[in-house]
Amino acid sequence: MMETDVCIVGAGPVGLFAVFELGLLRLKAHVMDTLPVVGGQLAEIYPRKPIYDIPGYPSILAGDLVDRLMEQIAPFHPSFGLGQKVRGLEAVEGGRWLVSSENGDQVLAGAVVIAGGLGCFEPRKPDLVGLEALEGRGVTYMIRDPQAFRGRKVVLAGGGDSALDWTLQLVDVAEELTLVHRSSAFRGAPESAARVQALADSGRLRLLTSTSLLSLQANGDGWLEAVLVQTQGQETLSLVADDLIPLYGLTPQLGPIADWGLALDASAIQVNTETYQTSVPGIFAIGDINTYPGKLKLILSGFHEAALMAHGAYRYIHGGAKPSFKYTTVTGVKGL
Amino acid sequence: MQEVHLTVTDVSGTTQELVFPTGMGLSLMEALKGAGYPIEAVCGGMALCATCRVDWVEGAVSDPTEAELDMLDTLPDFHPSSRLGCQIRLESLADGKATIRLNPSKN
Repeated sequence: MMETDVCIVGAGPVGLFAVFELGLLRLKAHVMDTLPVVGGQLAEIYPRKPIYDIPGYPSILAGDLVDRLMEQIAPFHPSFGLGQKVRGLEAVEGGRWLVSSENGDQVLAGAVVIAGGLGCFEPRKPDLVGLEALEGRGVTYMIRDPQAFRGRKVVLAGGGDSALDWTLQLVDVAEELTLVHRSSAFRGAPESAARVQALADSGRLRLLTSTSLLSLQANGDGWLEAVLVQTQGQETLSLVADDLIPLYGLTPQLGPIADWGLALDASAIQVNTETYQTSVPGIFAIGDINTYPGKLKLILSGFHEAALMAHGAYRYIHGGAKPSFKYTTVTGVKGL
Repeated sequence: MQEVHLTVTDVSGTTQELVFPTGMGLSLMEALKGAGYPIEAVCGGMALCATCRVDWVEGAVSDPTEAELDMLDTLPDFHPSSRLGCQIRLESLADGKATIRLNPSKN
């Protein structure tokens, strides 16, 4: 288990800048993120798009802003736990917190800062009765090891790049493979779409376009047995299936953070605007994931929130003691 | 065109007539959210989450962009009349009026 002053959940621009503000107050930070890279949305969604409202930069590419932030926080030597989805948060003695990730890593921290942005990207689920009961019992949203589907009857659903890619991956593995797509054509990579069509034409897989998932059928033991689909001509087909893999992309969800007992408003965390502390002392929330009267979801606002949060976190960790406030122009940046 | 008139039916089936000002660059998502409809708009208007999806009933409107079509095509229960509220500027309602239905899907 690692120990740190502050554990930051989320490595987007605001989480990264929080390392700087904490560092100025001699607080060491550990940054965790579900994504395997730093930068959050900026890295994952729009790295090549310009941002125009970062003070001092008339225009800066999102990816470049992440690089600059990494350079800016380097003196404080933050540690990173990337590709780690935070799952649990537990209060321990001394007002400290134990943060645990899905893969079992644990971080003991004096305070926790949630800078989770839009939340974590979770699979988008089709609206089917009984779907949840069959998750892990034939319904899965992620393919970790294609070999797990060897010799099985698999139904894939979706029409994006990942549905096409996995169809091509599984065609030689599964005993029977069906791809169900709601539209008549694929908007994904034309090359993959052409290969899938060719495999369907040669009878290697069953391709059902203009077809929607209708319902699921379970066997007596509560495992998936068949997937019922409906064609555009309103004909219902029953597909015998060991596995259904819906691949409808990812959608941002608050995820496990929703279960941490913090006061929420819609899917944002309520904070006070003095320290950006949540309803639970020692847990702070900054950036797009928080809400307060007048909140603007701007990177700019997140930076401001990080500065005030750092002073609040210092006071929390040091039993109420106020940090001395100094300008970097006067003191420079003393690394940790 | 100083304002647009929207006829909005929510998920419970209640229909309201609403008037919004144009010229402020508001999107349909922002207008509906401002009017108190429970639209999450998690991604803030980047055509990434589809939580602002509406079904278009009537009214001339700008065509969807590639980004919007890509997102709509990803959804499990796409309807040909679905649109993303965040991608529609109120100014793009050519006749100054539209009739829409909020989509019950949480996606």
